[in-house]
Amino acid sequence: MTFFLEPVTPESENWQLPPTMADTAPPIDTAYVFIFWFSVFFFVAITLSSLYFIWKYKRVKGVKSEPTGHFNKLEIFWTVTPTIFIVGLFHVGFTGYIKNATAAEGATEIRIRAKKWTWEAEYPGGQRLPLKYDPAIPSGLHLEKGKPYKMIISSEDVLHSFFIPEFRMKRDAVPGQYSFISFTPTVAGMAHVFCAEYCGTDHSAMLGTVFVEEPAEHKKFLDDLDKPPPGLTPEQWGAKLFIANGCPTCHGPDGTGQINGAKSPGPRLAGLYMKAGGEMMSTGTAVTPDENYIRESILRPNAKTVMGYTTVTMPPFVFKDPQVDALIAYVKSLK
Amino acid sequence: MAAITTSPGSSHDEIDPNVSYLDAKKGIMNWLITLDHKRIGVMYLISVTLAFTLGGIFALLVRAELWSRGPTLMNADTYNRMFSLHGVVMVFLFIIPSIPAAMGNIILPIQLGTKDVAFPRLNLFSLYIFWFGACFGLYSMINGGVDTGWTFYTPYSSSDPARGGVGSPAAVIPMTLAAFIMGFSSILTGVNFIATVHKMRAPGLTWRRLTLFSWSLYATSIIQVLATPVLAITLLLLTMERFLGLGIFDPHLGGDPVLFQHFFWFYSHPAVYIMIVPGMGVTSEIIAAFSRREPVGYMAIAMSSLGLALLGFLVWGHHLFVAGMSEYATMVFSALTFLVAIPSGVKVFNWVATLYKGSISLQSPMLWGLSFLFLFTIGGLTGLFLGMLAVDVHLHDTYFVVAHFHYVMVGGTVMGFVGGLHYWWPKFTGKMYDEGWARVGWFFVFIGFNLTFLPQFIMGSRGMPRRYYDYLEMFEPFHKASTIGSWLIGFGFIVLAIMFIRSLLGGKPAPRNPWGAASLEWMTPTPPPTYNFLEGKEPVLTRGQYDYHLATDDELYEGYDDPLFPGYGKKPEAAKPAPKKTEEKKADEKKADEKKEEKE
Repeated sequence: MTFFLEPVTPESENWQLPPTMADTAPPIDTAYVFIFWFSVFFFVAITLSSLYFIWKYKRVKGVKSEPTGHFNKLEIFWTVTPTIFIVGLFHVGFTGYIKNATAAEGATEIRIRAKKWTWEAEYPGGQRLPLKYDPAIPSGLHLEKGKPYKMIISSEDVLHSFFIPEFRMKRDAVPGQYSFISFTPTVAGMAHVFCAEYCGTDHSAMLGTVFVEEPAEHKKFLDDLDKPPPGLTPEQWGAKLFIANGCPTCHGPDGTGQINGAKSPGPRLAGLYMKAGGEMMSTGTAVTPDENYIRESILRPNAKTVMGYTTVTMPPFVFKDPQVDALIAYVKSLK
Repeated sequence: MAAITTSPGSSHDEIDPNVSYLDAKKGIMNWLITLDHKRIGVMYLISVTLAFTLGGIFALLVRAELWSRGPTLMNADTYNRMFSLHGVVMVFLFIIPSIPAAMGNIILPIQLGTKDVAFPRLNLFSLYIFWFGACFGLYSMINGGVDTGWTFYTPYSSSDPARGGVGSPAAVIPMTLAAFIMGFSSILTGVNFIATVHKMRAPGLTWRRLTLFSWSLYATSIIQVLATPVLAITLLLLTMERFLGLGIFDPHLGGDPVLFQHFFWFYSHPAVYIMIVPGMGVTSEIIAAFSRREPVGYMAIAMSSLGLALLGFLVWGHHLFVAGMSEYATMVFSALTFLVAIPSGVKVFNWVATLYKGSISLQSPMLWGLSFLFLFTIGGLTGLFLGMLAVDVHLHDTYFVVAHFHYVMVGGTVMGFVGGLHYWWPKFTGKMYDEGWARVGWFFVFIGFNLTFLPQFIMGSRGMPRRYYDYLEMFEPFHKASTIGSWLIGFGFIVLAIMFIRSLLGGKPAPRNPWGAASLEWMTPTPPPTYNFLEGKEPVLTRGQYDYHLATDDELYEGYDDPLFPGYGKKPEAAKPAPKKTEEKKADEKKADEKKEEKE
């Protein structure tokens, strides 16, 4: 019943571990392999000696056990030896951890937002994509091979945990806090995103797909993000961007300038384009609300302020040209 | 011995000191108001066995759901409740009281050579508190149970959707109250045991002659007394946040969700040692008895129990390595966590060394004792994986962790519990069980356990997160193997249950010392009289409880006709008038027990 398209990952080198796809994986794998063989050695030694003693000193009628003496040297030996071993184990574990805890210079920051029961990535360009892969819409976490990244992880509701097994990386998403992980993907291909902290009903469906892409492929992905999704007119795309970027919060639904019958914090947009008499600014002069005015109002909103709307300052938005064009097309369509 | 105890009967003139505790005063009311630690222990034993059965049914349902991908038996919400209830029931209703409150209650005072625990009334009160808490748990279950996991992580547990919150809609409050109330039972039992070990030891029973089981219970009691109040406070805060909307853990109310994890694990990590240390104690008893040898490094094993108890308080942070602690904090907690490996390793090495030049018999209790050794070694070594910081980042909250703690909790504590049940069953009930069926049951549990949890290690290393209702195709073979293993475990326990019930109904009468063990509980009649030792035969120790080379043949006598206590256990009215009988018996005993008397 899983509606999730399972990522196809590269072949794994170690049968116990997922494939290695980022620079964070090798230090962890080294530590894992080290402790694995350490454990195998001690387990085999303990089991074999027990089994040998059980066979050798089987109870025989008339043969008594030998009274136990004091073996202080032996006790000291098997207290001190493991102590030396665990110092080594701690060292291997700690160096691997610290290596992965520091972000590389100039890492690209991507915000990872968790809520029941979806992941969302916000790219530096401001585009937000769901991490659950759906071929019909832009989705998934797309990363460029060889480029350092830093994930800024947050949660809107309860605890979640952002886990990419192929990167050996995991970090809790805690509401009210930010947490961070950094890595550089090293192998192109697909990887998994799991939620690793129990979060309720659909915890096990809170999945995602990572796409590690070659630079050219990744550039194409980023460029495509700025083009209208297939099948949408610029107006329809603009309407989606208008909602996705939270514009109705200040300008009212459909730019009506009204929220629940009251005047909204931002000016009315419906019928704004080429309004007769222009739009009155706080300076007392009217401007012609043409394409250039709308563009400026989106990218540098405080260059001009509409009269009567000076109490609230609009934050500047970052859009690519095709997106701005789509938004202008949408505003023009509002009557 | 100073008379610190009050009488273990409600009215002591009615109790015949030379009749077994099972026959002393019959009738359910006499059991419910008894002050006899053995009867209280038996009532605990019945309670925790019922809890274990309930928790086991939840576990089988969880595994059955995971047999195939997608919905198999139930929907996601039901599954989440099943695994949460499995955890809550197993932890709070079974594993924490299992060995200390049930077996410890029966065995500890006898191993100390005393007639009861220090505070018999408090002991009965602890049992009633436990039952009272269990009622809240049942109430929660009847109302749908909880879906928060046994860890009750905030804000999922504390934010009530009925008040506009983002958390669980389940009956969380009654369940946290259940754990809160049962915590008091745990604290009071701990206080009682500490006082008993300090003040009630028989003459000649020095600290160096305590059994390792007593040492382990002593260490456990210290943890129970010191750590459980923190759980109580934490759960109370959680309840206040959920019920009154007080902002403590929920960031939407200005709280800090990670604070809850610190509080919770400050109790629950030491609680891990409440669970495992008594299991280690039972294993020490079994390995000593079935090797007929004093455990090598007796003092080292005893001190490592205390060491675990103390270190257990310093390592809670390793549950939070990926929760957003600073790098320095994680470093310190990782280093402290590794220290736990030292006392654990010391115990394992000493047990293995005890086998060397012993006289080893593979009777059923020993099979469980050796299983403990084998499985706990795996559980301990995989703990090192999780203590290593770098590796923990990958393995945290995956099936690897699930497999690791089941190897410690089931492979350790449950093996110890069932092993102890086999070992002391004749003493508890006065009946022997069928050795053949006991081995069949052990075989299925042991094989089934490994089949269930070994695949979970690999699954976890390969990235399968825990508490998942559904899983990806690549994990399917592991889940299938694991589910088949769970059926084998279930079958093994059914075999054992039938075997024990048959023993109760028609088992052969047990001799005083069926295993030829040298510790005090085997030096008193089977089942023991109400005051544990016959009148005038209260023990004075002249040798250690593991001194097999100093024990006489009479003490280790193997057979059904006990030369030490001829004619013991028959009700006075069934034969001759009571006073005469007692005197006669005394005379007989004196004859038969001359050797021991001389020593004393």
